[in-house]
Amino acid sequence: MADHDNSHAATSETSHAHGSHDGDHDGIAHVTPVRLLLGVWGALMVLTIITVAVTTVDFGPRVNLIVAMAIATVKAGLVVTYFMHLRWDRPFNTLVFLGSLLFVSLFISMTLFDKSEYEPDITEMSVQKGQ
Amino acid sequence: MAQSTAEQLSDHSHVGDGHGHDAGHGQYPFLAHHFDTPKHQFESGKLGIWIFLVTEVLFFGGLFCAYAIYRGLHPEIFVYAHYYLDTFWGAVNTGVLIVSSLTAAWAVRNAQLGEQKKLVTNIVVTIVLACCFLCVKYIEYSHKFHDNVLPGRHFNPTHEVWELESYKKAHGDHGAGHGEHAGAAAAEHASETASPAPTDTTSAPQPAQPGAQPAPAGATPSAGAAAEGGATAAKKAPPGALERPRHASVFFSIYFFMTGLHGVHVVAGIITWLWLLRRAMRGEFGPQHFGAIDYAALYWHLVDLIWIYLFPLLYLIH
Repeated sequence: MADHDNSHAATSETSHAHGSHDGDHDGIAHVTPVRLLLGVWGALMVLTIITVAVTTVDFGPRVNLIVAMAIATVKAGLVVTYFMHLRWDRPFNTLVFLGSLLFVSLFISMTLFDKSEYEPDITEMSVQKGQ
Repeated sequence: MAQSTAEQLSDHSHVGDGHGHDAGHGQYPFLAHHFDTPKHQFESGKLGIWIFLVTEVLFFGGLFCAYAIYRGLHPEIFVYAHYYLDTFWGAVNTGVLIVSSLTAAWAVRNAQLGEQKKLVTNIVVTIVLACCFLCVKYIEYSHKFHDNVLPGRHFNPTHEVWELESYKKAHGDHGAGHGEHAGAAAAEHASETASPAPTDTTSAPQPAQPGAQPAPAGATPSAGAAAEGGATAAKKAPPGALERPRHASVFFSIYFFMTGLHGVHVVAGIITWLWLLRRAMRGEFGPQHFGAIDYAALYWHLVDLIWIYLFPLLYLIH
């Protein structure tokens, strides 16, 4: 129940709304404070502006891509942690979600390993077909 | 952290004010008979929706994989093609989705606190923003259909890349490429000088092209798709301009598939929110029963999450 207990930062607000229960154990889940919601939203908007602005700076194609992906990942992290309240959720749900990311990255990286293997054949084939 | 049954029962005695098993169900008409407590029901549903989101991530993962392969093999196609996308509208849609994520998260809070009016308001705002997103998408798509910026052999753009505002902005008015982007593309370039001869090995024609007249100008020799519309294929690139790489249309296959599938998810989200709006207006949701709102919001955040990656990957290519 540790996850339940550390979620009680906001329960003082919760108990106003349905104070019929005894204050400590009434909430089914953590209630995200409005300030936190607005803060995360503000951060996401600022990061969106940054990611657009940063494309006007030329770091070379590779670094620009890495910067854009890093910003996107920070944004995704904020959404997952706060909007999707994984921070207060049961850790098992986090595990399930991270599992999907693990398998997607395995999928993509394994595929990329041999992406260049067939390119010569493809080029050759399209040359032959065209001529 | 899996809760033992004993814990759930003790928790149940808190929530249900010490009632027995069945009394809990009498108190909560929404509680399905196979769940002990509203919390039990909520957390089971939550695990279910997370598993659904996992399948969604894997579903989109296939498209991200296709993207990664094509971008890895042909970065010049992505540099070339992204000039056909309007960063302004992409950024607007990113903002729209982020605001709608905020209102969705807020709606969950409203449901948890039993704030009926605010709940309805936040759901309505979320739906309106989702419709805004689709409207912007409609503007973008119709523009592309109008200009024949389409996948596969339908890629036959009315405007060459050096005629686009986005390109002029990045390269100066005459599209004098400095080779910075074009570095990779240069390898694909055919000779600048107009040559009526059929294309050679550096610019392999595509299967779609047999019998088509060879492009009279060397400017766009390699875009097989363009051969169908001699008019555009005949346009000559100004010196140093970025030329159309071979297989440029693949980008738009990826673009339309990824944004299209994402758009379908937005439509599904709108339908879900409309259904929940109806239920919210009936006052079905409250502190013990807000699971449906939470699950829909989780789905909606995932749709936002995918767009957070699609936006830089498609619109912000450098």
